[in-house]
Amino acid sequence: MTELWFCIIIFVSSLGAGLLGALSGLGGGVVIVPLLTIVFHVDIHYAIGASLVSVIATSSGAAAAYVREGFSNIRIGMFLEIATTFGALFGAWLTTKAPTQIIGLIFGIVLLYSAYVSLKVKHEVITQEADALAMKLRLLGSFPTENGEQAYVGQRVPLGFGMMWMAGVLSGLLGIGSGAVKVIAMDQAMRLPFKVSTTTSNFMIGVTAAASAGLYLRSGYLAPGLVMPVMLGVLGGSLIGSRLLVRAPVRTLKVVFSLLIIAMGIEMIINSVRRM
Amino acid sequence: MSWNDKRIEIWVAIMLRTGVLIAAAMVLIGGVLYVAQSHDRPSDYRQFHGEPAQYSTLRGAATGIRTLEPRSIIMLGLLVLIATPVARVGMCVAGFLLERDRLYVGVSGLVLLILLYSLFWHR
Repeated sequence: MTELWFCIIIFVSSLGAGLLGALSGLGGGVVIVPLLTIVFHVDIHYAIGASLVSVIATSSGAAAAYVREGFSNIRIGMFLEIATTFGALFGAWLTTKAPTQIIGLIFGIVLLYSAYVSLKVKHEVITQEADALAMKLRLLGSFPTENGEQAYVGQRVPLGFGMMWMAGVLSGLLGIGSGAVKVIAMDQAMRLPFKVSTTTSNFMIGVTAAASAGLYLRSGYLAPGLVMPVMLGVLGGSLIGSRLLVRAPVRTLKVVFSLLIIAMGIEMIINSVRRM
Repeated sequence: MSWNDKRIEIWVAIMLRTGVLIAAAMVLIGGVLYVAQSHDRPSDYRQFHGEPAQYSTLRGAATGIRTLEPRSIIMLGLLVLIATPVARVGMCVAGFLLERDRLYVGVSGLVLLILLYSLFWHR
């Protein structure tokens, strides 16, 4: 395969991943690594590097659209980024030490978990109960609804903070955005409204990923010839996807994409266990 | 208009999008040149070797860019991309300073320190 063809095929696949990721709300990053390793036989370290870069691009590229909606909470995001960036530093360090089979195995489990989370029916619990720590850190806010402003106060801050640290570790270890874990830390652990959780999570993903980028660069994970088509493809796909979102059959796409993720997760687990 | 969270966020979002567009343009230009110059050399990412210093250090990328080497142009685009979330946190520090919110100047300052440490720390 020549360089030109390799670039074109990788670009088109990444475009598809970005498109599906944006339409299903699962993010394109989570399928880039299995796509590159299973289909194109790319070494997992190069795949993780290319994925992390495209995660930063999509998170920063989508930020403008989220801010306009007025749901994201800059204080909650910034406070929890202390946890995710510390976690990412540790995760990125781990990925330079851990054997590739272990990374592949953890990746497979995270894929299955992401699919499970996206298919599960969610229950939203919004509370204005005064949580002492949340009040002190001002982890509260309000967002516009049809019936006026809805106020909320974060709960169980230490639990949310701990889960965010874990999300950071997974982001650094696997080169993904860890959006699924971040959203759960906010809407399940901290009882924040779902819209606030998803938009704030998108805002945090880029910063979390940037914390791993330095170590990835120094460890030689960022191969320019591979990162180029992946980053441009995922970014382009997610921008197109977010425009189509209003008209797309989101529920069906979510199911299709989740099944794809489950298949890739099983493949990665089997592959990793076999090579142990 | 006084300083408030919403204004910081809009400011930040515009900066993020500009950063991503500049980075994507650089990666695209470098990519076109790269493919044009090495179109029949097969690529191999099956084995991990780790990229050479030219593509894994700031100094290497800076040296390569002087000769307009395609992959160094891509690399520089990636560095711009990595810098955008860092700049975002820097702008939040500035925004919270203008809001006179000492607690969150501290919080965002700490996040900025972690990011700078991760980018510039060498073993």
